[in-house]
Amino acid sequence: METFRVILLLILIACAICVSLTKRLLTAVIIFMGYSLIMAVVWILLESPDLGITEAAVGAGVSGILLLVTLKKINRTETDSEDLDTVSDERAGDGDEDR
Amino acid sequence: MKIDKEKFSAWLNTDPDRLSGMEEMAEIPYPPRERIKEKRHELEERIDAQPVGQISFLSRKFWHRLYTVFAVICCAVMTVVLLSTVAALPRFGEARDAINELTERYIVSGLKETGAVNIVAGIILDYRAFDTLGESFVLFCALNCVLILLRIDGDEDASHHELYFNLAHDDILRKSALFSIPIVFVYGIYVLLNGHLSPGGGFSGGAVIGAGIILLSIAYGERASGALISEKVFKTVCFCALAFYGVAKSYSFFTGANHLESIIKPGTPGEILSGGLILPLNIAVGMVVSCTIYGMYRMFKKGRF
Repeated sequence: METFRVILLLILIACAICVSLTKRLLTAVIIFMGYSLIMAVVWILLESPDLGITEAAVGAGVSGILLLVTLKKINRTETDSEDLDTVSDERAGDGDEDR
Repeated sequence: MKIDKEKFSAWLNTDPDRLSGMEEMAEIPYPPRERIKEKRHELEERIDAQPVGQISFLSRKFWHRLYTVFAVICCAVMTVVLLSTVAALPRFGEARDAINELTERYIVSGLKETGAVNIVAGIILDYRAFDTLGESFVLFCALNCVLILLRIDGDEDASHHELYFNLAHDDILRKSALFSIPIVFVYGIYVLLNGHLSPGGGFSGGAVIGAGIILLSIAYGERASGALISEKVFKTVCFCALAFYGVAKSYSFFTGANHLESIIKPGTPGEILSGGLILPLNIAVGMVVSCTIYGMYRMFKKGRF
């Protein structure tokens, strides 16, 4: 049980680092959802299943969906995060003609 | 869409390719990537044309680097602070006396005073019920901010956004949703109603139900979920649930603080109708949370209900 917990925590740290280092935003969102799923298991190991349920529903489900919808809306599922500042400039520029 | 004869005969003679027709339908009016590249070129040219342009471009890079450095420093400081806090806590599961007299009170007489077997529900919905009311209001305020920022007014056409994110005709999703949606709903309602007996409660159950409604909306289109929650239902449920919570808890705190006899009895611990006000309060919180979660999804996706 102890090794299982250590493995889970190591994966958790790896996920947290990967989210901030991933270039593709879609991949980052999916890793973030995986992070929440592992966190839900960790909550159950810490004997607080109510937090586990909430984490699985909100962290892995709803917030991931909201991020995905946002990515779809600003067309960022394909591109890298390299030219993020250019896009934000462009978005600010032609907001009204876009809608 | 007119029928292409060549494509039709090709389809008839070879393997049926179901995707070939859909490419045309799914074509995005402006290829986003190309547009971004063009804009970038334009912007760079404009910056180069200006005499002070190069300085501002440099300074922007400088700010970028500064942001990165500050982000790393903030993360490191926060990590150190949180880790030192965790190190100062008592070890998990260890009984240490005189941390706080409240802990002992909760554990010893919590069941008798609140009537809830799940002592966490007893604490957050009885002893600390106004905290939970505040939490519900925070969620409600967050939804109001989302409404202010993302709502599209009037008859403005939002079908442009719908084009990018429409899975309503996906067979695999529909069939798997057909099996999982009832399970999700039943599980959410179970967690909600047994909040005072088993782990869970208003927030967890409401979040599960809200996620189920989102799944319904993704798999079967907005008309299916719109039949469940329309704008009017949303407003009514949020207002009534929050108002009921405030009034009911005010009553129980008023009687409790003045040593008056309350008409609400804790009941026999372990039964479904026990725990005094905890069950109705759980239901109220669950309704607010599920409506809020679905409303946020709706606003993010389309900008209206």
